[in-house]
Amino acid sequence: MSQTARPLSPHLGIYRWRVNMWQSVLHRLTGLFLCLGALWLAWGLFAAASGADAWNAFADFCASGIGNGLLILWTWALLFHLCNGIQHLFRDGGMGFDAAQREHSQTPSYFATGWIILATSFVLTALVWACLLLRVKGGAA
Amino acid sequence: MAEFTLPKNSKVRKGKKFPAKAGARNVRTFRIYRWNPDDAENPRVDEYEVDLAACGPMVLDALIKIKNEIDPTLTFRRSCREGICGSCAMNIDGGNTLACTKAIEDCDAGDVSIYPLPHMPVVKDLVPDMTHFYAQHASIKPWIRTQSAPAPDSERLQSVEDRKKLDGLYECILCACCSTACPSYWWNPDKYLGPAILLQAYRWIADSRDEDTGARLDDLEDPFKLYRCHTIMNCTNTCPKGLNPAKAIGEIKKLIVERKGV
Repeated sequence: MSQTARPLSPHLGIYRWRVNMWQSVLHRLTGLFLCLGALWLAWGLFAAASGADAWNAFADFCASGIGNGLLILWTWALLFHLCNGIQHLFRDGGMGFDAAQREHSQTPSYFATGWIILATSFVLTALVWACLLLRVKGGAA
Repeated sequence: MAEFTLPKNSKVRKGKKFPAKAGARNVRTFRIYRWNPDDAENPRVDEYEVDLAACGPMVLDALIKIKNEIDPTLTFRRSCREGICGSCAMNIDGGNTLACTKAIEDCDAGDVSIYPLPHMPVVKDLVPDMTHFYAQHASIKPWIRTQSAPAPDSERLQSVEDRKKLDGLYECILCACCSTACPSYWWNPDKYLGPAILLQAYRWIADSRDEDTGARLDDLEDPFKLYRCHTIMNCTNTCPKGLNPAKAIGEIKKLIVERKGV
């Protein structure tokens, strides 16, 4: 009888990644990232309450390249988490599990919703920022 | 707790190559996970070139051909070869399925990769240790539980409509493809029951003859046993019998909410 410890069979590294697995991972990552966003929001509120100097420091950070990048990422994270959260809400109600069209070459409906959620989150992010930029331009003119 | 990398003794190394015989007409390479408990080596992936011109259509046919003609040490479970016993469940071409019902031509172009069911202790080659999985199945007491006395002169009867509620549940063959496709089950196999066992649990909850629904739901109402399901849907997508474990889990969650009178 062998005393060798049994190995663990490969998992993440060999399983085929489809949109549903990305959805699940992104839901967690955006959730974590939004916690950081809450800290950033708190900083903004504190700054607004503490006077012009503090507020200017906060506003300068937001206007910087890194600040802008983070704001865009937070916008997308919020919108993706929201859209995916709506799917979770439907699933909690027992809807959206159906496996219609599960044939090899076709996208099952529960994967189609994954792609729709991803696409919607990007489109909404672009819309939010388009509106913001238009307002900034309008305000400056 | 989630561990994304394999333990040291489980890291997969490059293995041997078995080229096709001269004169082979339609060669396809099968990359197969190997691990032998009798030496102290790490697992490896061996490459077998198989002449599909002289081989049956299913992945199991290729495995049997390899074992018969190329390498008799290759170890795997198989029995019925028609998708009803669940023995040959394994990870083929990146998804869990039964080798006997998976056609070689349905695998993506290129080499066909074959691994044991994911995130399981390996007994040898493609044979995982199912002890824990079966123990979890036993833990839900998967038999009819009644309180009323049976009629003295007949079986416990069920209407046609009530019997229909078991369609899509009773067909489960406990091959474990779904549970071992579930990332939540990978990270919490000790505490989360996993899709196969939860579908089996729901099979008894949905049975009109069973009279222990309350206790069954009590047992499942647990942060880990049931609620590690985050509807990733790998289970439903991989089930070789076309069942929907994710939906069955959703139904259990719904029943638990409903009986609270929300």
